[in-house]
Amino acid sequence: MNTAEFDTLVIGGGASGMAAALSAAEEGWKVVIVEREEFLGGILHQCIHNGFGLHYFKEELTGPEYAERFSDMVESSKITVYLNMTIMDIMKEGDGLTVYGLSMDPGMVRFKVRAVVFANGCRERNRGNIGIPGTRPSGVFTAGLAQRLVNLEGFVPGKECVIVGSGDIGLIMARRMSWIGANVKAVVEIQPNPAGLTRNIVQCLNDFDIPLYLSHVVGKIKGKERVEGVEVIPLENGIQQPEKMFSLECDTLLLAVGLVPDNELARKIGVELNQETGGPVVDSRLMTAIEGVFACGNLLHVHDLVDFVTEESSRCGKFVSEFLIGKRPEKQYRTNPGKNVKYIVPNYYEGARENVFYMRTLIVKNNAILSVKVKGTEIYRKKLRHIQPSEMIQFSLKEEDFKLIKDKGVMEVSIE
Amino acid sequence: MKKDLICIACPLGCRLTARWLNESAIEITGNRCPRGEEYGREEVVEPKRVVTATVRLKSGFLKRLPVTTKRPVPKDKIAALLNRLYTIELSAPVIRGEVVLDMADDGVQVLSSRTVKK
Amino acid sequence: MKEKKFDVAIIGGGVVGAAIARKLSSYDIAAVLLEKECDVSFGVSKANSGIIHGGFHHGPGYLKSRLEVQGNRMFDQLEEELHFPFKRCGIVVAAFSEEEMKTVQQLYRNGEANKIIGLELCNRARILELEPKLNRDVVGGLYAPAGGIIEPYRFVFSLVESAVKNGVKLLTDFEVVSAQRSNDHYEIRSSTGDIIFSKWVINAAGLFADRVSSVFGAEEFRIIPRKGEEFLLGRDSSSRPEHVIFPVPGAVSKGILVIPTVEGTTMIGPTAREQESKDDFSTTEENLNKVFSSARRLIPSLSQREIITSFAGLRPALKGGDFYIGISGQQPGFIQVAGIQSPGLTAVPAIAEYVKDLLKKDGLVLTEKIDYDPSIPDLPRIRYSDNNEIDSLIKENPAFGRIVCRCESVSEAEIVAAVRNGHTTLDGVKFYTRAQMGKCQGGFCTDRIVKIISRETGMDIGSITKRGRGTYLARNRIGDFEVKDEYSRV
Repeated sequence: MNTAEFDTLVIGGGASGMAAALSAAEEGWKVVIVEREEFLGGILHQCIHNGFGLHYFKEELTGPEYAERFSDMVESSKITVYLNMTIMDIMKEGDGLTVYGLSMDPGMVRFKVRAVVFANGCRERNRGNIGIPGTRPSGVFTAGLAQRLVNLEGFVPGKECVIVGSGDIGLIMARRMSWIGANVKAVVEIQPNPAGLTRNIVQCLNDFDIPLYLSHVVGKIKGKERVEGVEVIPLENGIQQPEKMFSLECDTLLLAVGLVPDNELARKIGVELNQETGGPVVDSRLMTAIEGVFACGNLLHVHDLVDFVTEESSRCGKFVSEFLIGKRPEKQYRTNPGKNVKYIVPNYYEGARENVFYMRTLIVKNNAILSVKVKGTEIYRKKLRHIQPSEMIQFSLKEEDFKLIKDKGVMEVSIE
Repeated sequence: MKKDLICIACPLGCRLTARWLNESAIEITGNRCPRGEEYGREEVVEPKRVVTATVRLKSGFLKRLPVTTKRPVPKDKIAALLNRLYTIELSAPVIRGEVVLDMADDGVQVLSSRTVKK
Repeated sequence: MKEKKFDVAIIGGGVVGAAIARKLSSYDIAAVLLEKECDVSFGVSKANSGIIHGGFHHGPGYLKSRLEVQGNRMFDQLEEELHFPFKRCGIVVAAFSEEEMKTVQQLYRNGEANKIIGLELCNRARILELEPKLNRDVVGGLYAPAGGIIEPYRFVFSLVESAVKNGVKLLTDFEVVSAQRSNDHYEIRSSTGDIIFSKWVINAAGLFADRVSSVFGAEEFRIIPRKGEEFLLGRDSSSRPEHVIFPVPGAVSKGILVIPTVEGTTMIGPTAREQESKDDFSTTEENLNKVFSSARRLIPSLSQREIITSFAGLRPALKGGDFYIGISGQQPGFIQVAGIQSPGLTAVPAIAEYVKDLLKKDGLVLTEKIDYDPSIPDLPRIRYSDNNEIDSLIKENPAFGRIVCRCESVSEAEIVAAVRNGHTTLDGVKFYTRAQMGKCQGGFCTDRIVKIISRETGMDIGSITKRGRGTYLARNRIGDFEVKDEYSRV
């Protein structure tokens, strides 16, 4: 079996993995990226639409363009890249980690490393996860699979299409299906508010007169061989109203019903998972409870912009570098989601440096107040012009913010 | 005459109203920033969108090359543009930013979004 | 034309037909297996729960009971020869009242009468020791160590592979629509106009055994489809039991079970409801909720969060509830093998023996083949191999080094093997390899599998289906449909 030694191994060569690897390599460490596809860039390559990079590059790029800017940087760096390789196993061994990667060439490789970064993204929730009753015909696709079939392979999954889920992926696919000559009959959303950005409602649905059914669910899939239609049921106060059910004929159903961090490998090595995000529990330096094992990007929690993935992952690369030098954080304290907060990442903070937080709210509101309290004392307050669950909130606390607290402890973040 | 719009310039999604004061003067209200005013004006005069698509590619690596229009395209030209793009076949190598289709008369330029070496 | 004449035609490529075909392949006769779907195991068998029953549900008065007991004992050798996933994990019946314990005692007596070895009546402490995840309200139960689980479709695929290897002809997409007797044989015609000739016919048509019987002018009976809806939980469920857990059975069915599948997932179900339709495999929210609440009565920690998919199957039930196996009294050379519902899978090796004996009795001369080879190759699979084994597999065949299905660690070599074995649909590949069966349910690998099928068979991707006929995946390419000018409707 081939053996290779590196300071750090990054699992996944998408936006997250590339940013983490680049930022660790900048500090002079020997870094390897392991990517299972035959190219770097991950899911960005199937996201051929524009809207990427506004924060990071201050210009509007398509997914492939965004990916390529980073893969160009990786190519001109000293980072080693293994493509077409799947990580099979990861284990603690001695004071380092052993990772097994599988590929056709050079076969199985045993990596001995000091740190591992999980940056292998997420997977889509599917029909089974949301339990849509009915028959099991062909023609039911997760939106991401359909996107890959369309944008990478050039297929038209079907002619008459219904989409479940009004998140950005569902909206983007509504426009894509329209732009390849299919007819999108409706987008069905269980929540009373659209899950995606308003700009996408306008340019992906309104532009094509595609109806958006809020507070509705697909109650049944019909068709023996291929999908023949769906039954759509309205909700009132969260309760299905079967007598108001109506049918839509279609040959294709796309499910854009959310993403889940792809944490099977992380789980294998015993990383604790956060119930809210589905990603690993991490400390203020994005390290899991297993020494030397880090997590960032959509594997840690699902971001809504790739720009934020890049930012977080670059930071993760720097934390890996500090870890490799031997720097360890001082005492850390929990960060807990308070009122109207779904989750906050990372799950710990420390007092002696700047801490960056990402969080999501449970409510839709204009002019909301974000408040951070440590043991009941408010140490930070921020006005937010508009908040909604689908938009991630970012804030950071500087060293001086913590100086207010005499007695450090659990931090609670709430929104009013 | 007036028209209601939702601004797509940023995630805020302001509800705009465009009012025709006369033949050529339009007043935009409801916007919270100058970008909103600009968007509103263009949306009622000549709405435009950036169009992204793929074209067939001869390559051992990738079947479809992602492409994007260099600038937003007037909405009424989009369908024709897409139908035209779907007849095109390119061969690798292609470089990101390379012009894939130039419809000079319409002022539409389509660029490759990705580099495919072989 | 020569190959169109057979001694025996078996109608139905489910587990029953497959087991009979394999049995007959050990004799010097010409046999053909006719399947109406595009692949074997695509009917009743694909949704089977995969349980190898413990021989205690019914007393020796039933044919099904005798064949169940006999069949159970044959699985170890079958596994050795055919390498399908099989584990004698044991069965636990959990009772929650003294009333239920009375039924358990009856089950125990059934088992004793059937001469089942190792059957154990358990008190509360013993049953909780065996299965600590059980509801603490359990009062006792039954333990049947000889019970087990298999992957039903893999079993069928292996049986058919073995049968074909030993000379049985497999004809898929062959739906029998008419038959005529002339001289000493039947002329059997398919829906697409193909014709074969056979001296004997075995009706193993599962749900459609009644229809086939009437096509041949044999006995009239009615198969009653009984639907079973099931839930599948992911590999890592903390609620996965060690044994197959049964409740105390009711009158109609064995109840809702919790099944630790051979491949590490956990299955919950099935429901049992009779219906008219033979092709309605729909599931309803109401029944799925029912399944879950019944299963929670057995193992309270079962969580809906862990569900990865749900599905439904139809059992081919007959009035009276026993198997109907016998030489037709109305048509010569016609053998009925109908109403093979639970414990059909367990009984199937014994059914094959039984049917072989019936053929003999009916005058078919059976001479053992000299070159009969009961074994098929054991395909290495990445998920069963350790890192060193994988390393040497790749040296022999680099395609073991490309993981196609990440959830179930299925390599390209395994997908190719499935396709080369004739499984050229997405479901065929799924049942053979487990690719698309994991957490993402094909979200990441469907496009890759389609490309491999296309490459290996030369089929256009547009013609590749989920399970034959109209179950196509994506027939059209970009450019086939004109993009309409939606925008100018302003």
